[in-house]
Amino acid sequence: MDKIPILRMGNFLLVTIQVDLYDRLALNLEADLVQMVNKTSAKGVLIDISAVSIVDSFMGRIIGNIASMSKILDAETVVVGMQPAVAITLIELGLPLKGVHTALDVEKGMALLKGMIGPDFEDTEEETQEDGPIAE
Amino acid sequence: MVLSLSKDNIQVLREQDVVLLRNRVKEVAVKIKMGLVNQTKLITAASELLRNMLRYGNGGTCLVEVVSRGRDNGVRLTFVDQGPGIPDIQQAMRDGFSTGRSLGLGLPGAKRLVNEFDIKSKVGEGTTVMILKWANG
Repeated sequence: MDKIPILRMGNFLLVTIQVDLYDRLALNLEADLVQMVNKTSAKGVLIDISAVSIVDSFMGRIIGNIASMSKILDAETVVVGMQPAVAITLIELGLPLKGVHTALDVEKGMALLKGMIGPDFEDTEEETQEDGPIAE
Repeated sequence: MVLSLSKDNIQVLREQDVVLLRNRVKEVAVKIKMGLVNQTKLITAASELLRNMLRYGNGGTCLVEVVSRGRDNGVRLTFVDQGPGIPDIQQAMRDGFSTGRSLGLGLPGAKRLVNEFDIKSKVGEGTTVMILKWANG
């Protein structure tokens, strides 16, 4: 059985979908990802779909579900790298993916996630960096 | 007059077959130089109809054809299942209607994505859906 790997990067989970999705695979990803959010107390989920050439109503719904489920578990979801043809098709299909944050690429997605999870987390990181030179 | 240039019948019985069929449709679409957006629309529509066929019709077959009309080339897909059939096609074609707790976008969405769409169904005998996308449509 195929499985889509979920990588942990600090407070974020990173998913890069590199294979063609079918329903069972998408459902497994949904379950795995939500469980990982809970297990790692991740604050953000980044899903890279730049290699996905087809998103139909079922997969679109799964993406929306992942975002809503993560939200309840206090994690934000950003979908990045959607191909233009996929965006056109989704809208004509009638699936505007409301409630899902998107960004053009992984870098912008990461920036968006960092901005969304608020200053608390970022401040502590900056403070430790700033404290360094002062202590010396 | 629409002429059929090539025919290929593919059985779809498991979910994994969907990926195979999507690849087959992609191959055919690339061969007739269909643009990427139209390819994506066609394959997405096919994906919706395949799911219906698997979920409600216990699988079936898909006929993949390259067709031509004058100078236009296109891909025609005919999905045939021997499932329970659809009692009310008008209702099934409405956005948001579903008997299976889904979004109800499959049939009406697929219709929006292609140039020609035809559905025939007989209760107790099965359902046949035909979609056609022109390379430049």
